[in-house]
Amino acid sequence: MRARDNTIVLKHDHPMIKSMTADRFFDEMTGAGEDIRQPYAHYHQWFSQQDADRLDKKSREAEAFFRRSGITFNVYGQADAQERLIPFDLVPRILGSQEWARLARGIEQRVAAINAFIHDIYNRQEILRAGRVPVELIANNDAFLPQMIGFTPPGKVYTHIVGTDLVRTGEGEFYVLEDNARTPSGVSYMLENRETMLQMFPELFSKIKVKPVSDYPKNLRKSLAACAPLSAGTKPSIAVLTPGIYNSAYFEHSFLADQMGAELVEGHDLRVLDGHIAMRTTQGYKRVDVLYRRIDDNFLDPLTFNPESMLGVPGIMDVYRAGNITIANAPGAGIADDKAIYSYMPDIIEFYMGEKAILKNVETWRCGEPESLKYVLDNLADLVVKEVHGSGGYGMLVGPAATKAEREAFAEKLRARPGNYIAQPTLSLSTVPIFVDKGLAPRHVDLRPFVLVSPQGINIAPGGLTRVALTEGSLVVNSSQGGGTKDTWVLED
Amino acid sequence: MQLTISHTTIYTYETPVHYALQRVRLTPTDTTQQKVHSWSLSVEGGVQEAQYLDHNRNLTHLVNVDQGGTEVRLTATGTVTTMDTAGILGHMTGPAPLWLYKRETALTEAGDTIRDIAAPLRGSTDMLAALHDLSARIAEAVEYGTGQTWAQTTAEEALAGGRGVCQDHAQIFIAAARLAGVPARYVSGYLMMDDRTEQDAGHAWAEAHLPSLGWVGFDVSNGQSPDERYVRIASGRDYTDAAPISGLRQGEGDERMIVTLQVQQ
Repeated sequence: MRARDNTIVLKHDHPMIKSMTADRFFDEMTGAGEDIRQPYAHYHQWFSQQDADRLDKKSREAEAFFRRSGITFNVYGQADAQERLIPFDLVPRILGSQEWARLARGIEQRVAAINAFIHDIYNRQEILRAGRVPVELIANNDAFLPQMIGFTPPGKVYTHIVGTDLVRTGEGEFYVLEDNARTPSGVSYMLENRETMLQMFPELFSKIKVKPVSDYPKNLRKSLAACAPLSAGTKPSIAVLTPGIYNSAYFEHSFLADQMGAELVEGHDLRVLDGHIAMRTTQGYKRVDVLYRRIDDNFLDPLTFNPESMLGVPGIMDVYRAGNITIANAPGAGIADDKAIYSYMPDIIEFYMGEKAILKNVETWRCGEPESLKYVLDNLADLVVKEVHGSGGYGMLVGPAATKAEREAFAEKLRARPGNYIAQPTLSLSTVPIFVDKGLAPRHVDLRPFVLVSPQGINIAPGGLTRVALTEGSLVVNSSQGGGTKDTWVLED
Repeated sequence: MQLTISHTTIYTYETPVHYALQRVRLTPTDTTQQKVHSWSLSVEGGVQEAQYLDHNRNLTHLVNVDQGGTEVRLTATGTVTTMDTAGILGHMTGPAPLWLYKRETALTEAGDTIRDIAAPLRGSTDMLAALHDLSARIAEAVEYGTGQTWAQTTAEEALAGGRGVCQDHAQIFIAAARLAGVPARYVSGYLMMDDRTEQDAGHAWAEAHLPSLGWVGFDVSNGQSPDERYVRIASGRDYTDAAPISGLRQGEGDERMIVTLQVQQ
């Protein structure tokens, strides 16, 4: 099986390959010119006083630290499936409190709209009746689960955990690339990166006030508990469902369970008992109120979905619809992060929130529309074309990186099934310096903040996971293709 | 007409059960065609774990078979008053949108034979008459008979095979109606055969939605629309959605199922 959940760690749909010279990009430390941007002022001052050899040594220490902590990942499609470290760069990515506040408002707005949208889609479908989103987009969508129709999950929450993928192209220019609404991964890197920085440079954190992220596991636990069904007591029991040790994100599953004091379980540890889902423990079966599942919808319940699934829990959908367990994220939440739905996100936000979207969407051509198809075919060399329902970068064309023959072959596929594709421009991703050869060099980055949703509100960990393309000029932040990570700082006021 | 129903399904297991679940849709609800006076579902050899209205508004129960047991007995029994509405259920809707019933499912995916039999529906000005005609043509093309099809036989396979039971007839009808853009669904329930009390098995038929009439029933196997001898139990996009009992069992050994069904006035 292929758990979709691995997306961040291993592959990314936005290689964003673009042949431009580096000076055309917005650098988050130096901005457009030579001046150091305000959020980096103190760090830059500190950095310029450091001895390069010491930093070089620190950099190697960091690697040893990660090896000890066991944070590794597997790469799909490699026969030897070796565990590898994701390279860590010791220069933090820094966001000022003001720019973060604006980002956070935008993310909160977007995530609130997504939850309202999913509830509407599985209930009254007002947005379809209003003609703001075409019915076909939902009706012909594999992510739409009929089994969720007419049901409201406990607390009316669908996306308990969201990882909103963002890129930056200028001073105030942030774009959302993807709304990962199906239990996104990567948060363990956010936590480990900070832990590593605190160990390596404690003096930095006493000089510069950085908003902590270490309470994420506690907040995750609190947020999930607040979504527990009514039948749960005052201390809901939470478990993390993993596909098992062969899953590339297994480290994260066990890490999160451990950090928030929840049980880590596999499908065969769970069964229906006394009207609930119960997990096998050394003291017998114990009820589970909230299941943070890291397996795909299709594998969740062999009695309801894929009958061949050995990873899921038969009957969990019955217990769910009877209101006796919370599944995070809700089955069918993937209807909100489909690539064709993505193009409607500005409308979706306006429809449910009654206000304009704060964060930008990347311009998206829906090839099913004749004028769009024409534009895309005429400009294939400049565009990224993706399958609407695909994930993980399969079946896509990166125009600027493709050969003429590849583009022509892809154009045939486009003409044959235009509705199956969307196209986007390549973006000029911002850069942040990394530490190389005892100096600094700009490299392209993206950002995945982690968002928690409960009836008590939306909580965003300050910062998130910054991924960085370590190769000069590359826009591929994908960890399986030489991408690394950075600690992400949000400064206190 | 007042009908009294007693429907018992017994599963016997060769080896004691380690863990087995049965999802049960055996509870009728009130419609324009029927009023449920009394109904009960009893379980011997297992416990009821969950009860809910599913996405097709079927009252659904999840039953957990007793660990170590070798038999579970599910009995649905009750009394229902039925009305003859000339097969018209009307505009009664569940939570699901009509377009859901236009979507193909694995069991109702159309192939060439379904496309052929559905062809006359295209552009029909009198869809009701065209659907009755479709029903008659399906009955002619697929002789009623057991043994050739099973629960997972698709509509296309059954039509190509030329022999099937009420489930196959209903699913062929649904697949063909959907090709013509008509929302259609599968119904499981009971039919009182006039000449007997002990019925062979539960029954199945199809419903199609017409803008003027709402849902209309078509019993392909019996060449008629459901009347007061029919009791509607569950519905959905195909057999899988409306199956009276579907289960999953861990462990080895064979299992056998025995059904006794009485429908009488």
